[in-house]
Amino acid sequence: MAQKELEKAVSGEYKLGFEIDIEQDTLPPGLNDEIVRFISKKKNEPDWMTKLRLTALHKWKKMQEPHWAHVSYEPIDYQSISYFSAPKQGASSLDEVDPKILEAYKKLGIPLDEQKQLQGVAVDAVIDSVSVKTTFSEELKKHGIIFCSISEAIQDYPELIKKYMFSVVPMTDNYFAALNSAVFTDGTFVYIPKGVRCPMELSTYFRINALNTGQFERTLIVADEGSYVSYNEGCSAPMRDESQLHAAVVELIAMKDAEIKYSTIQNWYPGDEEGKGGIYNFVTKRGLCKGDNSKISWTQVETGSVITWKYPSCILQGNNSVGEFYSVAVTTLAQQADTGTKMIHLGKNTSSTIISKGISAMRGQNSYRGLVKMAAKAEGARNYSECDSLLIGSECGAHTFPYLESKNAHAKVEHEATTTKISDEQLFYLRQRGISEEDAVSMIVHGFCKEVFNKLPMEYAVEAKALLELTLEGSVG
Amino acid sequence: MSNMVEIKNLHVNIGEKNILKGLNLALEVGKVHVIMGPNGAGKSTLSKAIVGHYDITVREGDILYKGENIIDEEPEIRALKGIFLSFQNPVEVPGVSNAYFLRTAVNAKRVFEGKEELNAAEFLREAKALATELGMKPELIARSLNEGFSGGEKKRNETLQMLMLEPNFIILDEIDSGLDIDALRAVSEGINKIKDGKRTFLIITHYSRILDYVKPDYVHVLKDGQIVKTAGPELVAELEEKGYTTLEES
Repeated sequence: MAQKELEKAVSGEYKLGFEIDIEQDTLPPGLNDEIVRFISKKKNEPDWMTKLRLTALHKWKKMQEPHWAHVSYEPIDYQSISYFSAPKQGASSLDEVDPKILEAYKKLGIPLDEQKQLQGVAVDAVIDSVSVKTTFSEELKKHGIIFCSISEAIQDYPELIKKYMFSVVPMTDNYFAALNSAVFTDGTFVYIPKGVRCPMELSTYFRINALNTGQFERTLIVADEGSYVSYNEGCSAPMRDESQLHAAVVELIAMKDAEIKYSTIQNWYPGDEEGKGGIYNFVTKRGLCKGDNSKISWTQVETGSVITWKYPSCILQGNNSVGEFYSVAVTTLAQQADTGTKMIHLGKNTSSTIISKGISAMRGQNSYRGLVKMAAKAEGARNYSECDSLLIGSECGAHTFPYLESKNAHAKVEHEATTTKISDEQLFYLRQRGISEEDAVSMIVHGFCKEVFNKLPMEYAVEAKALLELTLEGSVG
Repeated sequence: MSNMVEIKNLHVNIGEKNILKGLNLALEVGKVHVIMGPNGAGKSTLSKAIVGHYDITVREGDILYKGENIIDEEPEIRALKGIFLSFQNPVEVPGVSNAYFLRTAVNAKRVFEGKEELNAAEFLREAKALATELGMKPELIARSLNEGFSGGEKKRNETLQMLMLEPNFIILDEIDSGLDIDALRAVSEGINKIKDGKRTFLIITHYSRILDYVKPDYVHVLKDGQIVKTAGPELVAELEEKGYTTLEES
């Protein structure tokens, strides 16, 4: 079929590329001890935190930026980035939140004012370096659940933070994690007490707004024994010609019999057709299934960012613990994604499932990179991996890099991989039944992603489908 | 007698290769036409040209459908106007449910014709009833489109689509290939069910098996890119007996 028509169908518009016209306090570019101290002070952090940050900075300075991922980009000048930017008005209650911010969040589909809040979904709204509003915090407190910004948590729950922060992703785990540890600004802290099933969906919406500023979010979720929580994150950014850096760290800890379901809909600005602008998304996400019978499930729909480097992982330490990774990654325009997971089986009878769906269109490059590791003591451990790639057009690429290390002869590992091109035959078949070309592409792509979308909470599945539609066929009415 | 389809001086390439070489053919309203011919004669190319498949390049000629030239129409428009091709090898589309696909197709056509869309319940009731008549297992409706279907199930599914879409002009490309006797009978019954004297059928086949069940009105022989002979149903027996080679000599 005509290449042009197909490209028109997959070069979706980015609809969230507006700027919020607010005054912001932004640090001048640069990174040194003074900047780190400034951030720490701005957040009223205790000394121990400031010291940890400085340690991280000093270690980071000695580290090298990794380049093993199957992506290429212009070198990042870490001294030309501003590491802190916040809307000028302080916001402790909703009355103080700048109406322009409320308006912007409404535009993003996340109303923050009390009457219009999403039913059954608590939101932490983060703009650049600060959390501007957390909804339903009080109500959640009644259940003993802590849901607040990480900045508040450092002040209010220092013992929990000291105990768990850096416990899953060590400070110097990797270059970007070390950078984040030094300059992280905001993000969400969640603690679910023993035996509590969190009564609503928790979510954080990250918005980059300021120019030339990096966003370094940090999220920590602890699910105590026998508890359950479903957490979702979303994100977006303005359209700009300059690339912006986003380096997040997320740590999850599930105690005995606890379950954490973590879903991401990532829609950072993807840059233009030439790869100009867009977010560099270098993210470290890891969950520890610490107790027996615990479960951590990652579901991600990645449609944004010009570069993605992200491997949400599970350390299956507790016996019978379960790790899951369900991913849809879309690269169109000139986007490049190197994403996948690590499943580290330490405990007995641990099991993991990996379902990865990569969709490439236009000049997009999509790589799946996954590690399955079976430790010597992981008797009865098993993994099932399925990596499917879908190619639309002839200039894009799909790559699969599966790694397997097994020290246990009885562990069971299955891996299946397929690469399909949306075939002319499939498209033609649907069109011969009277279905338009655009609808046919959309139907085939949705069919391809179905297994993963089914894992998202319902509200988000609807959003993910709509987003996919927009990303791949925004120009079609 | 009016014509549903008139093909005039049709020259078609697949890639560099010239397959149809000035083909002329008229298909009457309400009649069953059969095209027979040796392998490589251009039978499948003809059906592809009528439905506007990507593979083909029309170098010259016209295809009139209900008097209107459709040679430049998009494939979906030809379909919406009532042209249906039962594929020789229906493609598998993973993750797209058969029911969802068929309802989308049925409703696209209804919207095109200015009718109300069928809701899910109405659609399912109708689809299930027809599927049962065709001897399809009910779960095939919920499964992914053609995925893991047997040869017979695929052809029954093509027939189900035909019955639901109610096209005016139906091309059956090797509908009988790979079918056991039960499937052949079920598919034929489906065809006879909508043979109401208003629709036109073009049956493309190697063999005459299907013609024991669906009685043709005209038989055309396609050879080397042209229709070389047109006759009544009696030609089938003659071809069975003597083959295509004799035809060339006569």
